[in-house]
Amino acid sequence: MSAATATATRTAEIPVRHKKYDWGMTRTYIAAAVILIWCLAPFYWMVVTAFRDVGYTFDPTFFFTHVTWDNFATVFDERLGNHFARNLLNSVIVAGITTIVALVVGVFAAYALARLNFRFKFAVMGFILGASMFPGVALVTPLFQLFTSIGWMGTYQALIIPSISFTLPLTVYTLTSFFREMPWELEESARIDGCTQGQAFRKVILPLAAPATFTTAILAFISAWNEFLIASQLSSDATKTVTVAIASFAGSQPHVEPYTAVMAAGTIVTIPLVILVLVFQRKIVAGLTAGAVK
Amino acid sequence: MSTEVPARTQAKAASTSRHQMPGRESADRKQVTQGRWASVLLAPTLILLAVVIIYPVVNAIIMSFQKDAGLDTATGFFVQGGAAGFDNYAHWIAQQCNGVACPPGTLGSQFWGAMSTTFFFAIVTVALETVLGFWMAIIMARTFRGRSIVRAAVLVPWAIPTAVTAKLWFFIFAFEGIANKLFGQQILWTGSEWPARWAIIISDVWKTTPFMALLILAGLQLIPDEVYEAAKVDGASAWQRFTQITLPLVRPALMVAILFRMLDALRMFDLPYIMTQGGNNTTTLSILVVDQIRQGFNSAAALSTITFLVIFIVAFIFVRFLGANAVGAATSSGKK
Amino acid sequence: MRNTFSKYAAPLATASVLALALSACGGGSSSGGGGGGDAGSQNLDGRGPITYVQGKDNSNVVRPLVDKWNAAHPNEQVTFKEQSDQADQQHDDLVQHFQAQDANYDVVDVDVIWTAEFAAKGWLQPLKDKLSFDTSAMLPATVKTATYNGTLYAAPQTSDGGLLYYRKDLVPNPPKTWDEMMSMCSIAKQNNISCYAGQFAQYEGLTVNAAEAINTWGGKIVDDSGKAVVNSPESKAGLGKLVDAFKSGNIAQQAITYQEEQSRQAFENGQLLFLRNWPYVYNLAKTDGSSKVKDTFGIAPLPGKSGPGASSLGGHNVAMSVYSKHKATALDFMKFMTSAETEKFYATQGSLAPVLSNLYSDADLTAKLPYLPTLLTSIQNAVPRPVTPFYPAVTKAVEDNAYAALKGDKSVDQALSDMQSALQAAGAK
Repeated sequence: MSAATATATRTAEIPVRHKKYDWGMTRTYIAAAVILIWCLAPFYWMVVTAFRDVGYTFDPTFFFTHVTWDNFATVFDERLGNHFARNLLNSVIVAGITTIVALVVGVFAAYALARLNFRFKFAVMGFILGASMFPGVALVTPLFQLFTSIGWMGTYQALIIPSISFTLPLTVYTLTSFFREMPWELEESARIDGCTQGQAFRKVILPLAAPATFTTAILAFISAWNEFLIASQLSSDATKTVTVAIASFAGSQPHVEPYTAVMAAGTIVTIPLVILVLVFQRKIVAGLTAGAVK
Repeated sequence: MSTEVPARTQAKAASTSRHQMPGRESADRKQVTQGRWASVLLAPTLILLAVVIIYPVVNAIIMSFQKDAGLDTATGFFVQGGAAGFDNYAHWIAQQCNGVACPPGTLGSQFWGAMSTTFFFAIVTVALETVLGFWMAIIMARTFRGRSIVRAAVLVPWAIPTAVTAKLWFFIFAFEGIANKLFGQQILWTGSEWPARWAIIISDVWKTTPFMALLILAGLQLIPDEVYEAAKVDGASAWQRFTQITLPLVRPALMVAILFRMLDALRMFDLPYIMTQGGNNTTTLSILVVDQIRQGFNSAAALSTITFLVIFIVAFIFVRFLGANAVGAATSSGKK
Repeated sequence: MRNTFSKYAAPLATASVLALALSACGGGSSSGGGGGGDAGSQNLDGRGPITYVQGKDNSNVVRPLVDKWNAAHPNEQVTFKEQSDQADQQHDDLVQHFQAQDANYDVVDVDVIWTAEFAAKGWLQPLKDKLSFDTSAMLPATVKTATYNGTLYAAPQTSDGGLLYYRKDLVPNPPKTWDEMMSMCSIAKQNNISCYAGQFAQYEGLTVNAAEAINTWGGKIVDDSGKAVVNSPESKAGLGKLVDAFKSGNIAQQAITYQEEQSRQAFENGQLLFLRNWPYVYNLAKTDGSSKVKDTFGIAPLPGKSGPGASSLGGHNVAMSVYSKHKATALDFMKFMTSAETEKFYATQGSLAPVLSNLYSDADLTAKLPYLPTLLTSIQNAVPRPVTPFYPAVTKAVEDNAYAALKGDKSVDQALSDMQSALQAAGAK
C-alpha cells in the first residue's frame, strides 16, 4: 500500500465514517439496552417481590402492587432472631479480608508464574488448578473435623481461610494471564532509568495492571461474598454471613416459604455491592488514564 | 546486549524447549535465583491450598476406600464398615448395588445419567456464556454515554447470592409464575425433562455470563487502540479485526475464563438443586454427591473422587489441546 | 510435552503423603460409632448449663420459652442455638456436630423422619431407666416416630397431619371417601377449576402424598422389622388411585410441579376444589390479602377407602445427645418443652399442633385453632412415614418411582416393583 493510497483511504473515510459513526452508536445503544433488559429484568422482579405484601406473595402482576416496607423490616427484625446488620458486617469482614489476602498472595504467585523462569512451573500451575476440581460439597466434612479439632469452629478464620483458598486459583490464573500480556519492556526501561526492580514494578507495572487487578478483585470479592457452603456449616451465630442468614429466613409458619423476605434480603445485599463497584470503577478508570504510561 | 536478553524472550526460549541448552551457564544461574524467588513468592499460595483444599481432598480419597457404616441387625446400631478396596468406585461406575444392577430409585442407578447431564449442562452453559459474554464485553468496551451504568448492571446477576438467584428463578418458573404469565404460556417448567433443563440453563447463563463478560472486558482493555487504528488504516474489515486482532489478543483471558467456568459448571449444584431437586433428569454429579453424603460419606467420597478425575481429564485436555497458553509457560502468543 | 501429566500428578502425590500424616493426627473422622460407645452411660446425673438446638424459630415461640425456663433455673441456663430454616441444612448441621461428638449440642430438635437414623448412629440418648420419659398422654402415632427398635429415643414435641381443604360454597358436604371425592369432580369441571391437588413435585412432599395413598388402601412401605413390603395389591390400589386421577384430569397436570406453597396458591386463587395440605394453610387462606376463598372453604379429614384416610405424620421430636454433659438437666428441659403448658403456647403462638391428645378438646385452643378436632382425626388415623435408619434412601426410592408412575412414564406395577427393589438395595447396604 503506497503512501498515496493510504492517504486517499483516510481522506475518503472521513465522510463515510461520519455516517457510519451514528449508525454504530445507535447499534451500540440498542445492544446496551438489550444487555440492560436481560440483566435487570429478573432483578426487577426480585425488587417487586421484595416490596410486595406477604399476603400477595404469589400475585404475578408485573408492576409494583401492594407495596410495603414490611419485608425489609422483617429482615432486620431481631425479635425474629434475624441479625441482618450483624450478618452484613460479617460478610464485609470475611469477603473483604479474603479479597485483600487473595489478591496480595495471588499477585506474588502470578508475578512468579508470569515473569520468573523456574522448574516445575507447569506442575505448580496444575496443582493450583487442581484445587478447584474437587466437588466443594465433599470438602466440608473433613474441614469441619479439622477445624473442630483445632478449636476454630465459629471463628472468622474458619470462614476466611477456606474462602481464600477457593478464590486463589482463579485469582492466580487471571492475574498470571494478564501479567503475561503486560509490556514488561517498560519495566526494563524504567530500570535503565535508575529504578529498582520494586520501584519499576510499583510505578510502571502496577498502574498498567490496575484494570485487570481490579477486575480480579471484583471477581474475588463477589465469589467470597456469595460463599455459602463453608459458612453454613462452620459459622456460629456471631460469625454468620448474609448468605447463611438468608437461607435461614423462615416464613411465619412451617412450610411457608419466606419468598418476600428472601427477595428483600437479596435486594439489600446486591444494591450496595453494585454501587460500590460503580464508584470504585470510575475511580480506577480515572486514575488509570491519568497515570498511563505512553 | 547479549547478556541483557529481555527476560520475556528468555522465558519464552527456555520454556518452549523446556530443556536448558547446555553451555548457557549464565541462564542456568539466573534460573536458580529466579527459582528461589519463585518459591518464596509461591509459598503462601501453595500452603493455603494444601491446608484447605488438598488436606480435605486427600482425606476424602482415603475415606473412599472404606466401607460406609452398615447396620448390625442384631443391635440395630450402625457399625464401621472396614476396608472397601475399590468397591465404592465399582458401585458407581458399574452401577452395582449388592451384586445386582441398582434399581431405579437409588442413587447408584443415576451415575451415568448424572454424568451426561453434567456434561450437557457444562457444554451448553459455557458455550452460551462465552458467546454472550464476549458480545457484552465488546459492547462495554466501546465508549458511549451510560457505559458505566451498563457495566454496573452487568454485575447485578452475578452479585446476587446464588441461593437467592435459585429461589428467584424457581419463583419465576413456577406454573403460576411470572414467566408463564408474561409470555402467555402454560409450560410446566419443572415438570418435565427439557423445560426443566432449559430453565436451569437460562438461570445459569443469566447468573454467570457477567463473570465471562468482565474477564473478557479486562482482556480487551489491554489491547491498545493503536492496534485497531493501524488495522483500520490497512483496510481490515470489522470481522477481520475481530478474528485477527481481538480474538488472538484476548485469547489468554478468554481461556482462563472458559477454563474456570468449565470447572465450575462441571460441579454445578445450587441452581438445579433448588429448582428441581434433581428431578426430571437434572441431577448433576454434585447433587448426587450431596444426596449420597446423607446416605454415607465414604461412597460420596468415592463419587467426589471420580468427579475430580473426570474434571481433571477435561481440564487437562482443555489446557493441552485448546488453550495451552492459559496455563502454560509454553508460549506467549499475546502481543508482540 | 508428553510428561505434562506426570508433572501434574507429582505435587498431588506429595500432598497426599502430607495429608496422610495430617489425617493420622486429626482423628474423629470416623462416621457412625456403634451405639455411641460409653457416652450413653455417662453424665446421667449431670446438671448445669445446656444448649438447645432447633431450626429457625419461625413464629418466635422458642425464645420466650427459653427465657421462661432460664428465669426459673439460674444454675441450669439454656442457650438457644438457632439453625437454618431448611430441613436439609438442619439435618447436616446435626450430623456434623454429632460426628464431632460435640458436647455443646445437648438437646436437639429432630424431624420425625431423622429420629431413627440418629438413634441407630448411636447419637441419641435412650430415654429409659434414670432418664425415662412418660409418653402415655401423647398421641400413639407421634410416639411411634420417636421409637426405634422398641426403645424411646426422643420425646414427641409437635405434630402435623394432612387435612382436606374444600370449597364449601361448591360442595356443601365434604367427601368421606376418595371415590366420593372423585365423583364430585364434575362440580369442578362445571366451575372450570381443577378438582384435586396435593404435593406431587419430586421432593419429600411426594413421599408424604404417595405414602398416604398406599397406607390408606392398606399397603405398607416397610414393615415393623424394617423389611420392604411395598409391592402388594394394596399399594397398587392406593398408588393407582393417584395415577388414575392424573390420567382422568381430576388432578391437573400442573400439580406435578406442586410443593406445599404452589398448591396453597392454587387453592387460594380459587382454582382448586379440593386440596390436601397441612394445617398451616388454614390461617393463611383466611387472612392472605390475595386469598379468594377467605370465607368459602372448609376442612375435613383426608378422604380414605371407606372412612378417613391415613395421613402421613409431620412434626418434630426433641432428643438428648449422648455426648451431653448435663443429661439430668437436659431431661428436665425436654419435659418442660413437652409439658401441657408449653404445648398450648406452641399451638396458640406458633400454630404448631400439640402431641398431647387432651389438648385437642381444650376450649381455648379450639377457639383459636378451629381445625384442631379435624386434625385430631387425621393424626389418630395417621401412619408415620417409615421409621428407618435409612430414611434418605427409602424416601428416594418412594419419591422417584412414584413420580415416574404419576407422570405415566411407568406402569404402577413396574413402579412398585422398582420401589421394592430400591428399598431392598437401600436397607441391605
